[in-house]
This record gives sequence, structure tokens and C-alpha cells, in this order.
Amino acid sequence: MVNADKQGKPIIVAHNLHKKYQLGQTFVPALRGISLEVLPGEFVAVRGPSGSGKSTFMNLIGCLDRPTQGTYWLAGKQVSQLSTRELARVRNRLIGFVFQGFNLLSRASALSNVELPMIYAGLRKDLRERRARQALQIVGLGSRLDHKPAQLSGGQQQRVAIARALVNSPSLLLADEPTGNLDSRTSVEVMAVLQALNQHGLTIVLVTHEADIAAYASRQITFRDGHLVRDEPVAHPRDAQAEWAVIANRNLDEDL
Amino acid sequence: MNTTTHQGNAAPSSASTAASTPSPQRHSILPPLKARDFDRAGKLGSNISIALEALWANRLRSLLTTLGVFIGVAAVIAALIMTQGVSASITSTISSLGTNTITISPGAGSSSRGFRPPTQSSETTLSLTPDDAQAVAKVAHVTSESPIITVSEQVVYGNQNWNTRVQGVSTSFQNIQDWTIAEGAWFSDNDYLGAKPVALLGQTVYHQLFDTSGVDPIGQTIRIRNQVYRVVGILDTKGSGSDDVVFVPFSTALDRIKNSSYIDQILVQVDDSSNIGSVQAAITTLLEQRHRIPKGNVDDFNLTNSNQLLQTASQFTSLLTYLLVGIAAISLAVGGIGIMNIMIVSVTERTREIGIRISIGAQREDIRSQFLIEALTLSLIGGMLGMFIGFLLGFAITSFLGVPFVVTVTSLLMPFVISAAIGVIFGLYPAARAARLDPIEALRSL
Repeated sequence: MVNADKQGKPIIVAHNLHKKYQLGQTFVPALRGISLEVLPGEFVAVRGPSGSGKSTFMNLIGCLDRPTQGTYWLAGKQVSQLSTRELARVRNRLIGFVFQGFNLLSRASALSNVELPMIYAGLRKDLRERRARQALQIVGLGSRLDHKPAQLSGGQQQRVAIARALVNSPSLLLADEPTGNLDSRTSVEVMAVLQALNQHGLTIVLVTHEADIAAYASRQITFRDGHLVRDEPVAHPRDAQAEWAVIANRNLDEDL
Repeated sequence: MNTTTHQGNAAPSSASTAASTPSPQRHSILPPLKARDFDRAGKLGSNISIALEALWANRLRSLLTTLGVFIGVAAVIAALIMTQGVSASITSTISSLGTNTITISPGAGSSSRGFRPPTQSSETTLSLTPDDAQAVAKVAHVTSESPIITVSEQVVYGNQNWNTRVQGVSTSFQNIQDWTIAEGAWFSDNDYLGAKPVALLGQTVYHQLFDTSGVDPIGQTIRIRNQVYRVVGILDTKGSGSDDVVFVPFSTALDRIKNSSYIDQILVQVDDSSNIGSVQAAITTLLEQRHRIPKGNVDDFNLTNSNQLLQTASQFTSLLTYLLVGIAAISLAVGGIGIMNIMIVSVTERTREIGIRISIGAQREDIRSQFLIEALTLSLIGGMLGMFIGFLLGFAITSFLGVPFVVTVTSLLMPFVISAAIGVIFGLYPAARAARLDPIEALRSL
């Protein structure tokens, strides 16, 4: 919905992306020519063993790094050659990040954490607070606004991080092993939020090495040794929201 | 799926879990941002509050860090106030000897700028005469003059005695040096012309001679060099040793005390300070003629004016200021290094936080200003506390020394300027270091 105006035009167009790292005298290739398109509303899971280049790919897609070679368009914008300054702006406005380790500021409340991207965007203060509240309500934390990260469970912390990623209305949500630090029950909780957001039109790229997490996505791509070796749609993605409803019910029964 | 139904019957303990369940019905993604949603000017305010929150989170460390600047600024301000007080005290002492005055002393001056107290004649050369004094009085722009004879004598009243300075001066001397009378009156023109044995006592002499008996000194007789003088007046206090003096008419002193026709000094008052130079030149020419000194020879007299004295004194006090402030500045530099040290530690500690901020779109200058503002705040707080303590210290020192407590614009503004400069100078490197961090590396750090 939010990307309705761009429907049909790809959000991500990567063409022949290469990335080499210098280790002493030698250059280590991490990506060896990745070409990929992601359409609006897609939920893509990126899989692959460690060292396959998926993290490097995420850093490039997330505009934290620049490719050594190749081009990358994000929401119709050529970002592979942007300056550091412009990249920061792209990260702020076009991309929402969700990390494995949540990466919340421990001193700040949930509300302040969610406000942060809007501060760097230069949003008005009244609007910042309103949007932060809305974002936290969307992820189901409307009653936890003033809690510090330490006072929240892992799943709740990750949902604060998702709210933070949403708050500037990005074109793309990047989730790097979002369930890596969570147990299976909480993983379902977080995946349910992501799936719900995707159903509302948000494009999501998720990096995971777990097959059962990748199964929630609508499309899976697999990396190996810096190459994209498999790219296939998921015929019947798992439904995290339905699973979560079952888990929540079971808990209620146990409590009663 | 239908979690809302369960929410209703949920036990309170698990209600939050159920309530927090994301339900698709409630999802509506936030509206896109529009141009009117932005307020670029508010960004600095946000960076300031981010910086202040970080400082508040480490309150004790922040406070200890400010100590260095605090001590430095306090030392600078105390030193400044002390030297300004001393300077004011010296200036008022010199002014009490008369403003716009020229002192003519016998003998060749050691240098044109030499410091020579006008009330002391250490020269053995005898060259100035009462006639010289009368001739000088006729020079243009000279408003008044007084010949001066100075001797050190014992003054006796009853069984009390006191060694003091006895000066023979004219009636106009009172106005030149701006003496006020506490009791009685300055000696009259009749006393002067008749060379009467009358005396005016400075406060010190008065207290030494009359405190024990408690007698009203006016009309009493005192003895100077075994000659009897009648006390006609008591002078108001001027401070700084000026009060240890007895004034008698110049004519009397010439007759009874000096026993010679030469005088020790001539004090000349000029109508305006801008004329001092020309009057000084005119007097020099006049006296060279009168003393028949050929051109190119060394004069047997020398002139000192009150402005020269003030200049010499201010040179001395500014030297003192530089010295003390210089020493205090060293502690300021140490304080600045302390701030830099803590900021570097802070940047290292918060590498991950910086990584998070950069990854969600903070510009390099946002990070830089955040840390710069932290350093600036630390040093400004230190500066303010230092100013406060510095003023207290300065007040204590000046009242201990008995010099005036002077507060100038400089001493009020200096703490702000110094501490802001220190914050920027020593905060810039850590802030630049934070802003340069690579987000990928920074996010990987613990």
C-alpha cells in the first residue's frame, strides 16, 4: 500500500555486484557478481552458510558499504556511487534496519529509541512523538513506551527495533538474523510482526541461516562462496501469525 | 488467529502477552513523511539533549572531568582579581600623591622613566632653590607649585615620641595632593608668610602621640628638634604609609629645620594631563637657563611626572598578571587534557552506540556535534563553577591583602571564553574520531 505508487517497479535492482576486502597484501573476494531484483511487497529470505557473502550483501543493500564493482538501485535511485553523506540519508529515509542483537540504546526508553531515526531525519518534535507511539502500537508495544530495553523481553526488544525501523516509512526493511538471539517461541512472535508488516505492503529482506525461519518468506535466495546459487519462490510460506495465535492460546490454557 | 477474543478472558498475568500479540487488523503502516514534517533547526537541540543525556548517565565521571577546568579557571580568576586589586591599590596610592603633577628633584636622573617617590630625596646634590620654585610657578599651564623640604625627625608630645617624616610645604600643597582635614585647619597664608611654628599631623603621628593621653591635639604644643610647634590640624587618612607625616610651613622649615638655602623637591601641578609634556620641557629649559647648564651637559635636576609613575606601576602589575595567569593557565591545559582523555575513553566505550546511530542514518556531523557538545558542556560547567570559586578566592585574597576587590568585564567574560575554547580544542579530536568510525566495524564491537 505504502509502495503502491511504485508497484511493479523493483525496489532493489542489483547488477553484477562485486566486493573485495583487502587482508594485508591479498584481496579476498566476498561477492563475485551478484545480480538480483526485488519487487515491492516481496518478503525475501537470504540464506547461506557463514562466509557465503550474505552479510557482505546485506551491508551493500543496507548502504553501510559500497561495492567494489557493479551497480545498485534502491527505490529507483542509483545508490552504489553515493557519497558518505548521501548514504547516511538513504539509510535514514529509505531503509529500516533490524539486527540480530537488537541494537537498542540501553539508556533510552522504547519511545526514545524509536524516535532516534526521526531525530536524524530532522522531524518536528511533536510529530516524532506521535509517530513513535504509532509505530510502537503497530508492533503491539503501546503499553511499554517508557520501558528501558533491560526491562523488556528479547522478543519485545526486537519489536522495539522493528518499530524503530518502520518509523521513517522506509521503502525496504532489512532484517539481519532477527531471530538469532531468540528462542523458537519468541522467534514466531517476531516473525508474526514481520509477516503482518509485509502483508501491509512493506518489502522485507531477511538474512537467516535457519531453514524454518526462511520458510516464513515468500521467496528464498541462497548464497555460496560469493555467488547467488539459488533463487526460488516459496510455494506455501509458513503463517507466523496463525502459529503465534496457537502458542499464545496454549500459554493461556496453561496459565488457567 | 483470533487473538482479540482471548484477550477478554485472559488472566492479568498473561494479559500483556496476549495484548502484545500483533494482530493484522491493527497494522497500518505509518504515513509517509512530507516536507512540512521537518524542522531542520530543531536538530541541534536534539543533538544537545542527546549529549546532555549521555553526560547525565555518567554523572560522577562527568563531574570529576570538569574538576580540571574548574581548578584552572578558579586559579586564573583568583590571580586576575588579586593583581587587579593590587593594581588598583597602587594606582590610588600614586594618585594620592597628586594627579597631573611634575616632581622636580635635584641631581641627574638615573633614567627618564626612573621610579622616584616625590617625597624622598636621596640625592646629595644641592641645586634647587626657593627662587627656582617661584620661577617655575610662572611657567604657562602651571596652576600651582610647592617647594618641599623633607627631614626625618623625632616628634615629641609629653612623654610620647615618634620618629616620622617632617615636610615643609606651601599652602597650595594641600590642594595639589588633595589632603582633607579631619580636625582643625591647614596653616594659613599668615602662618606661611610669618614662618610660624605650626604643624599638621598625619593620622599615624596623631595616634602615636595623643592616643595614650586622649587630649584634643588642636592647640597643643609638640616638639620637633627641641623646638616648639603648635598643632593646628589633623589630616584625614590616605592609607599606604602616607599618614606617617608632619607638615609644617615651608618657610618655617627653611628657617628652623633645614639650615640651608637649598630645597629637596619642587612639586608642580599642571592644569591638564595633555600639557604635562610641554610644561616639563618648558621647566627643563627654564631651569637649565637658571642653573647655567651648557647644552649637551648633564642636568643637575630631574623631572618625574605622575603619569610616568602610573605607567611604571602598570607595567609592574601587568607583568605580575602575566606571571600568575600564566601559571594558572598550565592547570587549565591539564584540565583540557583530562577532558580529551575522558572523551576518548567515552568514544571507545560507546563505539557500538555510534555504530547504531550511523546505521540508522546519523550524519557524521551529528556524531561529531554530539561529542563536541559533551566536551563543551563539561568544560563550560567547569568554567562556571571555577568562576564562582575564583571570585570567592579572589575576594578572600584581596580582603586579606587589604586591596580593593575589583570585578571587571574581563574577569566575568574570561571563564566563558576560556572554557569554551578548551572544550572545542580538546573535544575536537575525540569527536572527529567518533565521527570517522566505520559503521560495520562499530556495530561489530561490544
